[in-house]
Amino acid sequence: MIEVENLTKRYGDFTAVEDLSFRIEKGEIVGFLGPNGAGKTTTMRILTGFLPATSGKVKISGYDIFSDPMKVKARVGYLPEHPPVYTEMTVEGYLLYVAKIKGVPRKRRKEALARVLDRCGLSDVRSQIIGKLSKGYRQRVGLAQAMIHDPDVLILDEPTIGLDPKQIIEIRQLIKSLAGDHTIILSTHILPEVTMICQRVLIIDRGRIVADDTLERITEKETLENVFIKLTTEDVQ
Amino acid sequence: MKGVRDVFHVAGRELRSYFVSPVAYVVLTGYVVLTGWFFFNLLLQFNRVLSMYEMMRRPDIAMRMNLNEMVMTPLFYNMTVVLLIMIPLITMRLFAEEKKLKTDELLLTSPISVDAIVAGKYLASLTFFVLMLLLTAIFPWILFHYGSPAPELGTILSGYLGLFLLGASFIAVGLFASSITENQIVAAVICFVSLLLFFIIGWPSETVGSTTGKVLEYLSLIEHFNDFSKGLLESRHFVYFLSFILFALFLTKRSIESFRWR
Repeated sequence: MIEVENLTKRYGDFTAVEDLSFRIEKGEIVGFLGPNGAGKTTTMRILTGFLPATSGKVKISGYDIFSDPMKVKARVGYLPEHPPVYTEMTVEGYLLYVAKIKGVPRKRRKEALARVLDRCGLSDVRSQIIGKLSKGYRQRVGLAQAMIHDPDVLILDEPTIGLDPKQIIEIRQLIKSLAGDHTIILSTHILPEVTMICQRVLIIDRGRIVADDTLERITEKETLENVFIKLTTEDVQ
Repeated sequence: MKGVRDVFHVAGRELRSYFVSPVAYVVLTGYVVLTGWFFFNLLLQFNRVLSMYEMMRRPDIAMRMNLNEMVMTPLFYNMTVVLLIMIPLITMRLFAEEKKLKTDELLLTSPISVDAIVAGKYLASLTFFVLMLLLTAIFPWILFHYGSPAPELGTILSGYLGLFLLGASFIAVGLFASSITENQIVAAVICFVSLLLFFIIGWPSETVGSTTGKVLEYLSLIEHFNDFSKGLLESRHFVYFLSFILFALFLTKRSIESFRWR
């Protein structure tokens, strides 16, 4: 589903991501871990086609991100660190707009809207202005935005940040329920979240992969916390 | 076909967002108030001169006075100056705000081309600008209704066409200015400075030697507007405005793309 080969991204002299290679199969939920500045967001931005890579190959659903970016973009849903919402629009208006630019056909837009409103628990606030919503609701709108075109792959950058405990549980359940149909890459700093949701773990440090295995095998001898601390260096920034 | 639809999706959202913020109403009101004041004063002036000649018993001169030359043409020039100030205000947020709100990440990870994004935003501002122009149609309407002899329609339409092309060029510059920063004020200032510079770039044309002078004069936006305001349509002016607009849009596209390569 997702194939990454020798992916490298440099900003001038600084190497953000170096020689990254991994494969993710359909239906997997992968926890993408690493200290701040390790290159998580950069990797995700490359996978979504927001940033071009310096070298290397990325294939999603069989399409190359560099030669077929439009096809890849139509199959990827992305929730960046800051939900990309227009604060002056209503929830409904915004999601319909996203459906349009994501290429959801006109006839299916209402249905897609109803589906994400329901799944993300947004039905009650559908006609409210996004700027007036709490952070938790904005995060849900961000998630709904990523799901509206029913993408094969979901890339979520810290999806539970800023939510209250109840919302966190809801969002986690939501993400878990999406597995199977969707392939999900989830970046987070909350390690228990990974234990709860993901089947597989990818840990990167200073732009390199330091662990890539199933959760079971990684946590066979030690807790995920200890593995993480052992494998990663001090905060690089 | 999909590309064209994307342009309208982007333009539709953009245009709606003009009207949910106070910007649209403030700009429209300000524009009408200022141009209305100019129009009122031009009319007063016209009447004063007219009654002066009538008092001097010179109906021959009074007969030759016309509303086109004495009211509409100066009004068009006044409008160009008002646009110079107003256009940066309607273009400053186009890309700057997307970057500030990080919604550019949504646009650039969606299956739409940068061309469609740039064209959509341009189209939205252009539509808004046409609305501004339409509101000023009340002034020629008043002249047609009460003026005698009525002004020539052709000259007025040609003036509006010139104003449209001039404003369309302004907007293209504004779009570019907005694409290079995430600060709206900076975008507005860059736009205003570049527009003013292009407006008056022909000033030294008399003094700097014939070749340079001609080049500067050719580059000047207002030089190409002059003929339109007099009712003259010449293809070279169309060529100038269209290439000016396309070049600015091309730069905008490049600037959006280069942001991702950094």
